[in-house]
Amino acid sequence: MAVVENTLIVRSQSPLREAMHAFRQSWTGMLGIVILALIVIFTYIGPILYPVDPFDIVWAPMTPPGVAAVAPLGTDYLGRNILAGLIHGGSATLYVGIVAGIITITIGVLIGALAGFCRGAVDEILMRLTEFFQVVPALLFAMVLVALFTPTIYVIAFAIGFVSWPATARMARAEVLRIRELEYVNAARVVGARNRKIIWQVILPNAFAPLIGSATLTIGTAMLFEAALSFLGLGDPNVFSWGLMIGEGREYIFDSWWAVTFSGLMIFLAVLGFSLVGDGLNNAFDPKLRER
Amino acid sequence: MRMVTMFARRLLHAFLLILAVLVLNFLLIHLAPGDPVDVIAGGVGGTTEEAMADIRATYGLDKPIYVQLGLYLGRAFQGDLGNSFFYNSPVLELVTGRAGATILLVATALLFAISIGTLLGVLASHKPKGIVSALVTFISVVGNSAPIFWTGMMLVLLLAWVYPVFPIANMIDITKGAGFFDRILDILHHLVLPALTLGIVYLGRYARVTNASMLEILGSDYIRTARAMGVAETKVYSYHALRNLILPIVTITGRQFGSIISAAVLVEVVFSWPGLGTLAFDAILARDYPTVLGILFFSSVLVIVANLITGFVYHLVDPRVRTEG
Repeated sequence: MAVVENTLIVRSQSPLREAMHAFRQSWTGMLGIVILALIVIFTYIGPILYPVDPFDIVWAPMTPPGVAAVAPLGTDYLGRNILAGLIHGGSATLYVGIVAGIITITIGVLIGALAGFCRGAVDEILMRLTEFFQVVPALLFAMVLVALFTPTIYVIAFAIGFVSWPATARMARAEVLRIRELEYVNAARVVGARNRKIIWQVILPNAFAPLIGSATLTIGTAMLFEAALSFLGLGDPNVFSWGLMIGEGREYIFDSWWAVTFSGLMIFLAVLGFSLVGDGLNNAFDPKLRER
Repeated sequence: MRMVTMFARRLLHAFLLILAVLVLNFLLIHLAPGDPVDVIAGGVGGTTEEAMADIRATYGLDKPIYVQLGLYLGRAFQGDLGNSFFYNSPVLELVTGRAGATILLVATALLFAISIGTLLGVLASHKPKGIVSALVTFISVVGNSAPIFWTGMMLVLLLAWVYPVFPIANMIDITKGAGFFDRILDILHHLVLPALTLGIVYLGRYARVTNASMLEILGSDYIRTARAMGVAETKVYSYHALRNLILPIVTITGRQFGSIISAAVLVEVVFSWPGLGTLAFDAILARDYPTVLGILFFSSVLVIVANLITGFVYHLVDPRVRTEG
């Protein structure tokens, strides 16, 4: 009797609550949440507790960790505090990652949904465009864009979003193509719903589930992109970032391994957080995967 | 006959893509803030007055925009991608001179990733809770989340500094023997770390895809039939299961060329590997835009050609595509 009641309760939940429940069951997804929470606290509360300017020179250059109390994690080739760099260097990476991720998803979903919904010539043109953007190596493309325009944090976020949308577009298109053949879309059409209404109120909400996981993964990829651009010296020169620390420490790696190691670890953890949460969401929203 | 028209269509398609990349380059020169002459000459004040007048004349910058595009495309198809004012050399020469090193690096990394990745994936599918499965998960997590330039530097610290097994950077050591085989061995020795760094990212992906496909294949009816007929387990793997892995592997290889070239840029910079990536890095620091755009064009062509080859391979190995045309 109790078992029957239990199933009834589970069935009465909304799909969103059901997915959230499934998400909480996966330990990797929860680990991702914990990592992200720690990174956010470290990046946004850290500067209040540790208000040291990462550009300030505080001690002798290339001091190893644990030697000077002023710089517990050591100093870089100019004598700047590594710990201050780690604490202050995250907000740029997170900001660019999130903004670029949103741009990627917006362009990708618009193009993919339009192609999948209109089909025919529109689909053909949009997919050729997508293919073109997949052929040009994304990092080189972003490097050119950032170098030709000024490397401010906004240009960087835009450039990353502009070169990385094709994968999202392909996914959104496949999803729309799948959903538009389903019966409830036909039902909506039969009762006289207009195309715009069908796209926005019938197809997209149903395509939302697989997109939310991929959006989270996209933020992680965009952060790697930002780090790569700063590493190549194409970051915003006025903003301290983890990628910048690695790029500047590269030439002094054998004299001060700590300058590149810790900042790389921070990027790794932040991206890992987003990718664990993204994978967790993908599994939670997909009933087929959830059963495994 | 159907084959021939198929290939002709693909070639035309590739040609149109190459044309589109050239148009993109042209647009980038003109959309950049400031005078196109400055972009072509490499930054404001990059050259003399006469040189700038010269550029204006050859690029037809006083003519309407479509004439300029026509001139640009016409010269590009004659192999003229402009001149690098920084290196004082034609861009095409610079780029083709460096492409070999990049192709060597990318090909080695891919070969390593495909062979070891497939092997690990098959082993992991054999024992889903075994140690190989855990290793595959670990490699793909690190490969997907760690910045590739950072893993490269960590490998250098470990395997070239703490334990100096491999050289730190560059492609050849001129102090080593000058014989042909000494040279080749020396290049291979220098190749190990960059190829490992680049390959490990893709190794994780191949292992995961192989693992997933194997689980699907091993659960399919024809494998069950083969087993029921008493076919030996080694033959089930080697004859029935493994050949069905070729398609997913070719498919993901085709999708990755763009991303692997991007990753190679970073790896080259870490290891001072003298390929297109280090050239792009130096050219961007020097504001040498013709060279940068030349690399963007040439690497896109590399991706297009690689995709063309993968398409042919796909055609050869998939009987369904062959009959349906």
